Amino acid sequence: MPRLSSDPGVILPPGQPLLAEAVPAGFPSPAADYFEARLSLDEYLIKHREATFFVRVSGNSMTGFGIHDGDLLVVDRALDPVDRSIVIAVVDGEFVVKQLCRLPEGVLLRSGAAGHRDIFVGAGQTLEVWGVVRWSIHRL
Amino acid sequence: MSFALVDGNNFYVSCERVFDPKLQGRPVVVLSNNDGCVVSRSDEAKALGVKMGAPWFQLRALAARFGIVALSSNYALYADMSSRMMAVLAAFAPAQEVYSIDECFLSLHGLALPERLRLGAAIRQRVRQWLGLPVCVGIGATKTLAKLANHCAKKRLAGSDGVCDFAALPAAELSALFSSLPVGEVWGVGPRLAQQLSALGIDSVEALRRADAALLRRRFSVLLERTQRELNGVPCLTLEDVAPNKQQILSSRSFGQLVGELAPLREAVAHHVAVAAERLRSQGSCAGRVEVLIRTNPHKDAPQYHGLLAVPLPTPSDDTLLLTRVALWALERVFRPGYLYQKAGVALLDLSPATAQAQDLFVTVRDNARLMQAMDRINALWGRGTLRSAAEGCNDAAWRMKRGRLSPGYTTRWDQLPCAA
Repeated sequence: MPRLSSDPGVILPPGQPLLAEAVPAGFPSPAADYFEARLSLDEYLIKHREATFFVRVSGNSMTGFGIHDGDLLVVDRALDPVDRSIVIAVVDGEFVVKQLCRLPEGVLLRSGAAGHRDIFVGAGQTLEVWGVVRWSIHRL
Repeated sequence: MSFALVDGNNFYVSCERVFDPKLQGRPVVVLSNNDGCVVSRSDEAKALGVKMGAPWFQLRALAARFGIVALSSNYALYADMSSRMMAVLAAFAPAQEVYSIDECFLSLHGLALPERLRLGAAIRQRVRQWLGLPVCVGIGATKTLAKLANHCAKKRLAGSDGVCDFAALPAAELSALFSSLPVGEVWGVGPRLAQQLSALGIDSVEALRRADAALLRRRFSVLLERTQRELNGVPCLTLEDVAPNKQQILSSRSFGQLVGELAPLREAVAHHVAVAAERLRSQGSCAGRVEVLIRTNPHKDAPQYHGLLAVPLPTPSDDTLLLTRVALWALERVFRPGYLYQKAGVALLDLSPATAQAQDLFVTVRDNARLMQAMDRINALWGRGTLRSAAEGCNDAAWRMKRGRLSPGYTTRWDQLPCAA
Protein backbone atom coordinates (compact mmCIF):
# COMPACT_ATOMS: atom_id res chain seq x y z
CA MET A 1 0.00 0.00 0.00
CA PRO A 2 1.61 3.27 -1.04
CA ARG A 3 1.84 6.01 1.52
CA LEU A 4 -0.78 8.63 0.82
CA SER A 5 -0.84 12.23 1.72
CA SER A 6 -3.62 13.93 3.58
CA ASP A 7 -2.19 17.30 2.68
CA PRO A 8 -4.53 18.84 0.09
CA GLY A 9 -1.67 20.97 -1.20
CA VAL A 10 0.37 18.01 -2.40
CA ILE A 11 0.62 17.76 -6.16
CA LEU A 12 1.41 14.18 -7.04
CA PRO A 13 3.42 13.24 -10.10
CA PRO A 14 1.38 11.67 -12.90
CA GLY A 15 0.62 8.00 -12.49
CA GLN A 16 0.84 8.17 -8.74
CA PRO A 17 -2.24 7.31 -6.72
CA LEU A 18 -4.32 10.09 -5.27
CA LEU A 19 -6.73 9.35 -2.47
CA ALA A 20 -8.33 11.58 0.08
CA GLU A 21 -8.11 9.78 3.35
CA ALA A 22 -9.57 12.44 5.55
CA VAL A 23 -11.43 10.26 7.99
CA PRO A 24 -11.40 12.20 11.21
CA ALA A 25 -14.18 10.10 12.71
CA GLY A 26 -16.58 7.42 11.63
CA PHE A 27 -16.20 4.41 9.43
CA PRO A 28 -13.00 4.05 7.33
CA SER A 29 -13.47 3.83 3.57
CA PRO A 30 -14.20 0.24 2.52
CA ALA A 31 -12.42 0.97 -0.78
CA ALA A 32 -9.10 1.75 0.85
CA ASP A 33 -7.89 -1.84 0.63
CA TYR A 34 -8.64 -2.06 -3.10
CA PHE A 35 -6.52 0.82 -4.15
CA GLU A 36 -4.91 0.76 -7.64
CA ALA A 37 -2.87 3.38 -9.48
CA ARG A 38 -4.85 5.64 -11.80
CA LEU A 39 -4.25 5.02 -15.50
CA SER A 40 -1.55 7.09 -17.10
CA LEU A 41 -1.24 7.92 -20.79
CA ASP A 42 2.52 8.31 -20.38
CA GLU A 43 2.72 4.73 -19.27
CA TYR A 44 0.55 3.57 -22.18
CA LEU A 45 2.31 5.52 -24.93
CA ILE A 46 5.91 5.52 -23.75
CA LYS A 47 7.98 2.38 -23.62
CA HIS A 48 11.46 3.90 -23.24
CA ARG A 49 11.17 7.11 -21.26
CA GLU A 50 14.66 8.41 -22.00
CA ALA A 51 14.56 7.60 -25.72
CA THR A 52 11.09 8.96 -26.46
CA PHE A 53 10.60 12.33 -28.14
CA PHE A 54 7.59 14.15 -29.58
CA VAL A 55 7.50 15.41 -33.16
CA ARG A 56 4.82 17.55 -34.81
CA VAL A 57 3.56 16.58 -38.29
CA SER A 58 3.55 19.30 -40.91
CA GLY A 59 1.76 18.60 -44.19
CA ASN A 60 -0.40 15.83 -45.55
CA SER A 61 2.06 13.40 -47.11
CA MET A 62 1.07 10.53 -44.80
CA THR A 63 -2.72 10.69 -44.60
CA GLY A 64 -2.96 7.17 -46.04
CA PHE A 65 -1.35 5.92 -42.83
CA GLY A 66 -3.74 7.92 -40.66
CA ILE A 67 -1.13 10.62 -40.00
CA HIS A 68 -2.43 14.15 -40.55
CA ASP A 69 -1.14 17.71 -40.53
CA GLY A 70 -0.65 18.89 -36.94
CA ASP A 71 -0.71 15.41 -35.38
CA LEU A 72 1.63 14.63 -32.51
CA LEU A 73 4.02 11.74 -33.13
CA VAL A 74 5.46 9.68 -30.28
CA VAL A 75 8.92 8.68 -31.50
CA ASP A 76 10.99 5.97 -29.81
CA ARG A 77 14.69 6.01 -30.70
CA ALA A 78 15.35 2.82 -28.74
CA LEU A 79 13.48 0.74 -31.32
CA ASP A 80 15.30 -0.65 -34.35
CA PRO A 81 13.37 0.08 -37.54
CA VAL A 82 12.14 -2.96 -39.44
CA ASP A 83 10.58 -3.29 -42.89
CA ARG A 84 7.35 -1.21 -43.01
CA SER A 85 8.11 0.78 -39.85
CA ILE A 86 6.90 4.37 -39.87
CA VAL A 87 10.04 6.38 -39.17
CA ILE A 88 11.41 9.87 -38.78
CA ALA A 89 14.32 10.12 -41.21
CA VAL A 90 16.71 12.91 -42.10
CA VAL A 91 16.63 13.91 -45.77
CA ASP A 92 18.71 16.90 -46.90
CA GLY A 93 18.96 18.14 -43.32
CA GLU A 94 15.18 18.05 -42.76
CA PHE A 95 13.02 15.65 -40.78
CA VAL A 96 10.53 13.61 -42.79
CA VAL A 97 7.98 11.08 -41.61
CA LYS A 98 7.78 8.13 -44.03
CA GLN A 99 7.28 4.40 -44.20
CA LEU A 100 10.55 2.53 -44.46
CA CYS A 101 10.49 -0.28 -47.03
CA ARG A 102 13.51 -2.49 -47.50
CA LEU A 103 14.16 -3.38 -51.13
CA PRO A 104 16.89 -5.59 -52.58
CA GLU A 105 18.57 -2.54 -54.11
CA GLY A 106 18.18 -0.15 -51.17
CA VAL A 107 15.56 1.49 -49.02
CA LEU A 108 12.39 3.25 -50.11
CA LEU A 109 10.90 5.95 -47.91
CA ARG A 110 7.25 5.81 -48.91
CA SER A 111 4.79 8.64 -48.63
CA GLY A 112 1.19 7.80 -47.84
CA ALA A 113 -0.73 10.18 -50.07
CA ALA A 114 -1.24 10.77 -53.77
CA GLY A 115 0.93 13.53 -55.18
CA HIS A 116 3.67 13.10 -52.58
CA ARG A 117 6.87 11.56 -53.83
CA ASP A 118 8.66 8.56 -52.39
CA ILE A 119 12.35 8.85 -51.65
CA PHE A 120 14.72 6.13 -52.78
CA VAL A 121 17.97 5.62 -50.94
CA GLY A 122 20.41 3.40 -52.82
CA ALA A 123 22.54 0.76 -51.14
CA GLY A 124 25.62 3.00 -51.48
CA GLN A 125 23.99 6.07 -49.91
CA THR A 126 23.62 6.64 -46.19
CA LEU A 127 20.19 6.93 -44.68
CA GLU A 128 19.79 8.43 -41.25
CA VAL A 129 16.78 7.03 -39.45
CA TRP A 130 16.18 9.38 -36.49
CA GLY A 131 13.59 7.27 -34.69
CA VAL A 132 10.65 4.91 -35.02
CA VAL A 133 7.15 6.38 -34.76
CA ARG A 134 5.07 4.38 -32.29
CA TRP A 135 1.96 6.51 -32.06
CA SER A 136 0.26 9.34 -33.87
CA ILE A 137 -2.03 11.39 -31.68
CA HIS A 138 -4.78 13.03 -33.68
CA ARG A 139 -7.13 15.66 -32.33
CA LEU A 140 -10.74 15.17 -33.39
CA MET B 1 38.49 -1.43 -8.19
CA SER B 2 37.48 -0.03 -11.52
CA PHE B 3 35.73 3.15 -12.57
CA ALA B 4 34.42 4.54 -15.83
CA LEU B 5 34.01 8.22 -16.65
CA VAL B 6 31.46 8.83 -19.39
CA ASP B 7 31.55 12.30 -20.89
CA GLY B 8 29.49 13.86 -23.68
CA ASN B 9 31.55 15.15 -26.62
CA ASN B 10 30.95 18.86 -27.24
CA PHE B 11 27.78 18.34 -25.22
CA TYR B 12 25.85 21.58 -25.86
CA VAL B 13 26.60 21.56 -29.60
CA SER B 14 25.72 17.86 -29.79
CA CYS B 15 22.34 18.49 -28.11
CA GLU B 16 21.56 21.19 -30.69
CA ARG B 17 22.52 18.87 -33.54
CA VAL B 18 20.12 16.13 -32.43
CA PHE B 19 17.17 18.36 -33.26
CA ASP B 20 18.62 20.37 -36.13
CA PRO B 21 20.36 17.95 -38.53
CA LYS B 22 21.41 20.91 -40.71
CA LEU B 23 24.06 21.66 -38.10
CA GLN B 24 25.84 18.39 -38.80
CA GLY B 25 29.20 18.76 -40.49
CA ARG B 26 29.15 22.53 -39.99
CA PRO B 27 31.23 24.59 -37.56
CA VAL B 28 28.90 25.32 -34.63
CA VAL B 29 29.48 27.12 -31.33
CA VAL B 30 27.25 27.69 -28.31
CA LEU B 31 27.63 31.01 -26.47
CA SER B 32 27.48 31.78 -22.75
CA ASN B 33 24.98 34.04 -20.98
CA ASN B 34 24.17 37.21 -22.89
CA ASP B 35 25.78 35.61 -25.94
CA GLY B 36 29.20 36.57 -24.57
CA CYS B 37 31.77 33.81 -24.99
CA VAL B 38 32.13 30.43 -26.65
CA VAL B 39 31.30 27.64 -24.18
CA SER B 40 30.95 24.67 -26.55
CA ARG B 41 32.47 24.00 -29.98
CA SER B 42 31.93 21.41 -32.66
CA ASP B 43 35.04 19.64 -34.00
CA GLU B 44 34.76 21.76 -37.16
CA ALA B 45 34.86 24.96 -35.08
CA LYS B 46 37.88 23.67 -33.16
CA ALA B 47 39.61 22.93 -36.47
CA LEU B 48 39.09 26.58 -37.47
CA GLY B 49 41.00 27.61 -34.36
CA VAL B 50 38.03 28.82 -32.30
CA LYS B 51 39.18 28.75 -28.67
CA MET B 52 37.12 27.88 -25.61
CA GLY B 53 36.02 31.10 -23.89
CA ALA B 54 36.69 33.29 -26.92
CA PRO B 55 34.45 36.40 -26.93
CA TRP B 56 31.89 36.17 -29.70
CA PHE B 57 32.43 39.73 -30.94
CA GLN B 58 36.05 38.84 -31.75
CA LEU B 59 34.91 35.89 -33.87
CA ARG B 60 32.40 37.63 -36.09
CA ALA B 61 34.77 38.03 -39.05
CA LEU B 62 35.92 34.41 -38.86
CA ALA B 63 32.30 33.29 -38.45
CA ALA B 64 31.18 35.18 -41.53
CA ARG B 65 34.04 33.80 -43.59
CA PHE B 66 33.58 30.15 -42.66
CA GLY B 67 29.86 30.10 -41.94
CA ILE B 68 30.19 29.37 -38.23
CA VAL B 69 26.76 28.98 -36.65
CA ALA B 70 26.50 30.55 -33.18
CA LEU B 71 23.67 29.67 -30.79
CA SER B 72 22.61 30.97 -27.37
CA SER B 73 22.75 28.55 -24.45
CA ASN B 74 19.47 26.59 -24.42
CA TYR B 75 19.69 25.49 -20.80
CA ALA B 76 16.26 23.85 -20.76
CA LEU B 77 17.27 21.59 -23.66
CA TYR B 78 20.69 20.68 -22.22
CA ALA B 79 19.23 19.95 -18.78
CA ASP B 80 16.60 17.63 -20.28
CA MET B 81 19.10 15.80 -22.49
CA SER B 82 21.47 15.52 -19.53
CA SER B 83 18.85 13.94 -17.28
CA ARG B 84 17.97 11.49 -20.06
CA MET B 85 21.63 10.62 -20.56
CA MET B 86 22.26 10.11 -16.84
CA ALA B 87 19.23 7.81 -16.59
CA VAL B 88 20.42 5.75 -19.57
CA LEU B 89 23.92 5.47 -18.07
CA ALA B 90 22.62 4.54 -14.62
CA ALA B 91 21.28 1.30 -16.07
CA PHE B 92 24.81 0.15 -16.96
CA ALA B 93 26.27 -0.02 -13.45
CA PRO B 94 25.28 -0.65 -9.83
CA ALA B 95 26.50 2.80 -8.78
CA GLN B 96 26.70 6.19 -10.49
CA GLU B 97 28.00 9.62 -9.53
CA VAL B 98 26.71 12.47 -11.67
CA TYR B 99 29.70 14.79 -11.78
CA SER B 100 28.48 17.56 -14.08
CA ILE B 101 25.83 18.24 -16.71
CA ASP B 102 27.61 16.04 -19.24
CA GLU B 103 29.74 13.57 -17.30
CA CYS B 104 29.32 10.86 -14.71
CA PHE B 105 31.34 8.16 -13.01
CA LEU B 106 30.17 4.55 -13.04
CA SER B 107 31.40 1.77 -10.81
CA LEU B 108 32.70 -1.19 -12.85
CA HIS B 109 34.01 -3.21 -9.89
CA GLY B 110 34.29 -6.92 -10.53
CA LEU B 111 34.35 -6.72 -14.33
CA ALA B 112 37.32 -8.17 -16.23
CA LEU B 113 39.03 -6.16 -18.97
CA PRO B 114 37.16 -7.69 -21.95
CA GLU B 115 33.82 -7.16 -20.20
CA ARG B 116 34.72 -3.56 -19.41
CA LEU B 117 35.65 -2.86 -23.03
CA ARG B 118 32.41 -4.44 -24.23
CA LEU B 119 30.46 -2.37 -21.71
CA GLY B 120 32.20 0.80 -22.86
CA ALA B 121 31.27 0.09 -26.47
CA ALA B 122 27.68 -0.74 -25.45
CA ILE B 123 27.40 2.55 -23.54
CA ARG B 124 28.54 4.52 -26.57
CA GLN B 125 26.19 2.69 -28.88
CA ARG B 126 23.15 3.11 -26.64
CA VAL B 127 23.61 6.80 -25.87
CA ARG B 128 24.20 7.41 -29.58
CA GLN B 129 21.07 5.52 -30.64
CA TRP B 130 18.67 6.52 -27.88
CA LEU B 131 19.68 10.16 -27.57
CA GLY B 132 21.75 10.93 -30.67
CA LEU B 133 24.65 12.06 -28.48
CA PRO B 134 28.30 11.05 -28.94
CA VAL B 135 30.13 10.13 -25.72
CA CYS B 136 33.57 8.81 -24.80
CA VAL B 137 34.31 6.32 -22.06
CA GLY B 138 37.48 6.35 -19.95
CA ILE B 139 38.18 3.42 -17.66
CA GLY B 140 40.75 3.15 -14.89
CA ALA B 141 41.45 1.69 -11.47
CA THR B 142 40.73 5.06 -9.81
CA LYS B 143 38.50 8.02 -10.54
CA THR B 144 41.55 10.14 -11.40
CA LEU B 145 42.73 7.52 -13.91
CA ALA B 146 39.24 7.16 -15.38
CA LYS B 147 39.10 10.92 -15.94
CA LEU B 148 42.50 10.86 -17.64
CA ALA B 149 41.51 7.82 -19.72
CA ASN B 150 38.46 9.75 -20.89
CA HIS B 151 40.71 12.56 -22.09
CA CYS B 152 42.79 9.99 -24.02
CA ALA B 153 39.65 8.44 -25.54
CA LYS B 154 38.47 11.88 -26.71
CA LYS B 155 41.81 12.86 -28.17
CA ARG B 156 42.26 9.37 -29.66
CA LEU B 157 45.59 8.98 -27.89
CA ALA B 158 45.06 5.28 -27.27
CA GLY B 159 42.95 3.84 -30.04
CA SER B 160 40.16 5.63 -31.87
CA ASP B 161 37.05 3.73 -30.85
CA GLY B 162 36.04 6.18 -28.11
CA VAL B 163 36.76 3.79 -25.25
CA CYS B 164 40.07 3.86 -23.37
CA ASP B 165 40.89 1.42 -20.57
CA PHE B 166 44.40 1.98 -19.21
CA ALA B 167 44.54 -1.68 -18.15
CA ALA B 168 44.53 -2.60 -21.85
CA LEU B 169 47.92 -0.91 -22.36
CA PRO B 170 51.25 -2.63 -21.55
CA ALA B 171 53.21 -0.83 -18.80
CA ALA B 172 55.82 0.59 -21.19
CA GLU B 173 53.17 1.99 -23.51
CA LEU B 174 51.24 3.51 -20.61
CA SER B 175 54.41 5.11 -19.33
CA ALA B 176 55.12 6.59 -22.76
CA LEU B 177 51.55 7.89 -23.02
CA PHE B 178 51.74 9.50 -19.57
CA SER B 179 55.07 11.09 -20.47
CA SER B 180 53.41 12.77 -23.44
CA LEU B 181 50.55 14.22 -21.37
CA PRO B 182 51.10 17.63 -19.70
CA VAL B 183 50.60 17.53 -15.94
CA GLY B 184 47.73 20.01 -16.25
CA GLU B 185 45.56 17.27 -17.78
CA VAL B 186 45.33 15.58 -14.38
CA TRP B 187 42.03 16.00 -12.55
CA GLY B 188 42.57 18.49 -9.73
CA VAL B 189 45.72 20.07 -11.17
CA GLY B 190 44.71 23.56 -12.28
CA PRO B 191 46.79 25.92 -14.46
CA ARG B 192 48.51 27.57 -11.45
CA LEU B 193 49.45 24.31 -9.79
CA ALA B 194 50.63 22.95 -13.14
CA GLN B 195 52.94 25.96 -13.46
CA GLN B 196 54.39 25.46 -9.98
CA LEU B 197 54.91 21.76 -10.67
CA SER B 198 56.60 22.49 -13.99
CA ALA B 199 59.02 24.79 -12.20
CA LEU B 200 60.10 21.75 -10.17
CA GLY B 201 60.54 19.70 -13.34
CA ILE B 202 57.25 17.86 -12.83
CA ASP B 203 55.73 18.73 -16.18
CA SER B 204 54.14 15.49 -17.37
CA VAL B 205 51.62 13.05 -15.89
CA GLU B 206 54.39 10.47 -15.74
CA ALA B 207 56.64 12.86 -13.80
CA LEU B 208 53.89 13.50 -11.26
CA ARG B 209 53.28 9.78 -10.96
CA ARG B 210 56.96 9.18 -10.20
CA ALA B 211 57.52 12.29 -8.01
CA ASP B 212 58.58 12.06 -4.38
CA ALA B 213 55.37 11.76 -2.34
CA ALA B 214 56.85 13.45 0.72
CA LEU B 215 57.90 16.41 -1.40
CA LEU B 216 54.41 16.76 -2.87
CA ARG B 217 52.86 16.72 0.58
CA ARG B 218 55.38 19.19 1.98
CA ARG B 219 55.49 21.63 -0.92
CA PHE B 220 51.84 21.42 -1.90
CA SER B 221 49.15 19.50 -0.05
CA VAL B 222 47.89 16.10 0.97
CA LEU B 223 45.36 16.51 -1.83
CA LEU B 224 48.12 16.41 -4.44
CA GLU B 225 49.71 13.43 -2.72
CA ARG B 226 46.33 11.71 -2.91
CA THR B 227 46.10 12.55 -6.61
CA GLN B 228 49.50 10.95 -7.10
CA ARG B 229 48.38 7.77 -5.34
CA GLU B 230 45.31 7.68 -7.56
CA LEU B 231 47.52 8.05 -10.65
CA ASN B 232 49.42 4.99 -9.44
CA GLY B 233 46.23 2.99 -9.24
CA VAL B 234 45.59 3.27 -5.50
CA PRO B 235 41.94 4.29 -5.07
CA CYS B 236 41.50 7.14 -2.60
CA LEU B 237 38.22 8.56 -3.90
CA THR B 238 34.92 6.71 -3.90
CA LEU B 239 31.70 7.41 -5.75
CA GLU B 240 29.56 10.07 -4.16
CA ASP B 241 25.94 9.17 -4.79
CA VAL B 242 24.51 12.36 -3.36
CA ALA B 243 25.99 15.77 -3.99
CA PRO B 244 26.86 17.38 -0.65
CA ASN B 245 24.70 20.34 0.33
CA LYS B 246 26.14 23.67 -0.67
CA GLN B 247 27.58 25.89 2.06
CA GLN B 248 26.60 29.03 0.21
CA ILE B 249 24.26 29.71 -2.65
CA LEU B 250 24.98 32.36 -5.25
CA SER B 251 22.85 33.76 -7.99
CA SER B 252 24.28 36.49 -10.16
CA ARG B 253 24.40 37.42 -13.80
CA SER B 254 25.47 40.16 -16.13
CA PHE B 255 22.66 42.31 -17.51
CA GLY B 256 21.45 42.19 -21.10
CA GLN B 257 22.31 45.92 -21.18
CA LEU B 258 23.90 48.32 -18.69
CA VAL B 259 21.61 49.69 -15.97
CA GLY B 260 21.86 53.09 -14.26
CA GLU B 261 18.64 53.34 -12.25
CA LEU B 262 17.72 51.76 -8.94
CA ALA B 263 14.39 50.31 -10.12
CA PRO B 264 15.76 47.67 -12.54
CA LEU B 265 18.49 46.80 -10.02
CA ARG B 266 15.74 46.14 -7.47
CA GLU B 267 14.06 43.76 -9.91
CA ALA B 268 17.31 41.96 -10.68
CA VAL B 269 18.21 41.56 -7.00
CA ALA B 270 14.70 40.31 -6.18
CA HIS B 271 15.01 37.85 -9.05
CA HIS B 272 18.34 36.51 -7.78
CA VAL B 273 16.91 36.15 -4.27
CA ALA B 274 14.05 34.10 -5.71
CA VAL B 275 16.40 31.81 -7.66
CA ALA B 276 18.75 31.34 -4.70
CA ALA B 277 15.97 30.86 -2.15
CA GLU B 278 14.36 28.17 -4.28
CA ARG B 279 17.66 26.28 -4.34
CA LEU B 280 18.01 26.90 -0.61
CA ARG B 281 14.66 25.25 0.10
CA SER B 282 15.30 22.38 -2.31
CA GLN B 283 18.33 21.35 -0.24
CA GLY B 284 16.44 21.90 3.03
CA SER B 285 18.55 24.78 4.33
CA CYS B 286 18.03 28.20 5.86
CA ALA B 287 20.30 31.20 5.37
CA GLY B 288 21.73 33.22 8.24
CA ARG B 289 23.13 36.05 6.12
CA VAL B 290 22.18 37.76 2.87
CA GLU B 291 24.79 39.44 0.71
CA VAL B 292 24.07 41.81 -2.17
CA LEU B 293 26.57 42.74 -4.86
CA ILE B 294 26.38 45.30 -7.67
CA ARG B 295 29.17 46.39 -9.95
CA THR B 296 30.02 48.33 -13.08
CA ASN B 297 31.74 46.82 -16.12
CA PRO B 298 35.48 46.65 -15.29
CA HIS B 299 36.35 46.36 -19.00
CA LYS B 300 34.65 49.66 -19.90
CA ASP B 301 36.39 52.99 -19.79
CA ALA B 302 33.82 54.54 -17.42
CA PRO B 303 33.55 55.42 -13.70
CA GLN B 304 33.93 52.22 -11.69
CA TYR B 305 32.03 51.17 -8.60
CA HIS B 306 31.78 47.90 -6.74
CA GLY B 307 29.15 47.70 -4.00
CA LEU B 308 28.86 44.84 -1.54
CA LEU B 309 26.88 44.49 1.68
CA ALA B 310 26.12 41.46 3.82
CA VAL B 311 23.24 41.60 6.28
CA PRO B 312 22.89 39.06 9.10
CA LEU B 313 19.37 37.85 9.85
CA PRO B 314 18.00 37.71 13.41
CA THR B 315 16.88 34.13 12.71
CA PRO B 316 17.91 31.94 9.75
CA SER B 317 15.22 31.90 7.07
CA ASP B 318 14.26 30.27 3.77
CA ASP B 319 11.40 32.65 3.04
CA THR B 320 11.74 34.34 -0.37
CA LEU B 321 9.68 37.34 0.72
CA LEU B 322 11.67 37.97 3.89
CA LEU B 323 14.99 37.44 2.13
CA THR B 324 13.86 39.80 -0.64
CA ARG B 325 13.03 42.56 1.86
CA VAL B 326 16.45 42.20 3.47
CA ALA B 327 18.27 42.13 0.12
CA LEU B 328 16.45 45.23 -1.15
CA TRP B 329 17.26 47.04 2.08
CA ALA B 330 20.93 46.18 1.51
CA LEU B 331 20.74 47.21 -2.16
CA GLU B 332 19.44 50.67 -1.29
CA ARG B 333 22.43 51.14 1.00
CA VAL B 334 25.07 50.11 -1.55
CA PHE B 335 23.48 51.79 -4.56
CA ARG B 336 25.24 54.92 -5.85
CA PRO B 337 23.62 56.95 -8.62
CA GLY B 338 25.72 58.07 -11.58
CA TYR B 339 27.19 54.68 -12.47
CA LEU B 340 26.30 52.20 -15.20
CA TYR B 341 25.92 48.80 -13.60
CA GLN B 342 26.71 45.61 -15.48
CA LYS B 343 26.03 42.96 -12.88
CA ALA B 344 24.00 42.25 -9.76
CA GLY B 345 24.04 39.23 -7.55
CA VAL B 346 22.85 37.74 -4.29
CA ALA B 347 24.61 35.28 -1.99
CA LEU B 348 22.86 33.34 0.75
CA LEU B 349 25.42 32.54 3.46
CA ASP B 350 25.75 30.85 6.87
CA LEU B 351 23.50 28.02 5.80
CA SER B 352 22.05 25.62 8.34
CA PRO B 353 19.54 22.77 8.12
CA ALA B 354 15.96 24.04 8.12
CA THR B 355 14.96 21.43 10.69
CA ALA B 356 17.46 22.69 13.23
CA GLN B 357 15.95 26.17 13.58
CA ALA B 358 15.32 27.24 17.15
CA GLN B 359 12.14 29.21 17.59
CA ASP B 360 12.89 32.77 18.48
CA LEU B 361 10.24 34.17 20.79
CA PHE B 362 11.23 37.72 20.06
CA VAL B 363 11.02 37.58 16.31
CA THR B 364 7.63 38.61 15.10
CA VAL B 365 8.21 37.93 11.40
CA ARG B 366 6.86 34.45 10.75
CA ASP B 367 8.15 32.56 7.74
CA ASN B 368 5.52 31.81 5.13
CA ALA B 369 6.43 28.12 5.01
CA ARG B 370 3.23 26.96 3.36
CA LEU B 371 3.22 29.81 0.88
CA MET B 372 6.81 28.92 -0.10
CA GLN B 373 5.86 25.26 -0.53
CA ALA B 374 2.97 26.24 -2.77
CA MET B 375 5.17 28.61 -4.76
CA ASP B 376 7.85 25.95 -5.35
CA ARG B 377 5.24 23.43 -6.50
CA ILE B 378 3.53 25.84 -8.85
CA ASN B 379 6.86 26.92 -10.34
CA ALA B 380 8.00 23.30 -10.69
CA LEU B 381 4.83 22.51 -12.63
CA TRP B 382 4.47 25.63 -14.74
CA GLY B 383 8.01 26.91 -15.01
CA ARG B 384 10.24 29.19 -12.95
CA GLY B 385 8.82 32.61 -12.27
CA THR B 386 5.17 31.65 -12.87
CA LEU B 387 4.48 32.73 -9.29
CA ARG B 388 6.91 35.39 -8.11
CA SER B 389 7.17 38.37 -5.85
CA ALA B 390 6.04 41.63 -7.44
CA ALA B 391 9.52 43.01 -6.71
CA GLU B 392 10.89 40.85 -9.55
CA GLY B 393 8.97 42.82 -12.15
CA CYS B 394 7.98 41.54 -15.56
CA ASN B 395 9.70 39.04 -17.82
CA ASP B 396 10.88 41.25 -20.67
CA ALA B 397 12.90 43.78 -18.70
CA ALA B 398 16.13 44.97 -20.34
CA TRP B 399 18.35 43.68 -17.52
CA ARG B 400 17.33 40.10 -18.23
CA MET B 401 19.59 37.74 -20.12
CA LYS B 402 20.07 38.36 -23.81
CA ARG B 403 19.67 35.18 -25.83
CA GLY B 404 19.17 36.33 -29.38
CA ARG B 405 20.20 33.02 -30.94
CA LEU B 406 18.16 30.66 -28.83
CA SER B 407 17.00 27.40 -30.41
CA PRO B 408 13.47 26.06 -29.69
CA GLY B 409 12.51 24.15 -26.54
CA TYR B 410 12.39 20.93 -28.58
CA THR B 411 11.68 18.70 -25.57
CA THR B 412 10.14 21.11 -23.08
CA ARG B 413 7.58 23.22 -25.01
CA TRP B 414 4.54 21.85 -26.83
CA ASP B 415 4.59 24.78 -29.24
CA GLN B 416 8.27 24.31 -30.14
CA LEU B 417 8.49 20.62 -31.07
CA PRO B 418 10.60 19.55 -34.04
CA CYS B 419 8.50 19.21 -37.21
CA ALA B 420 8.49 16.44 -39.82
CA ALA B 421 6.91 16.72 -43.26
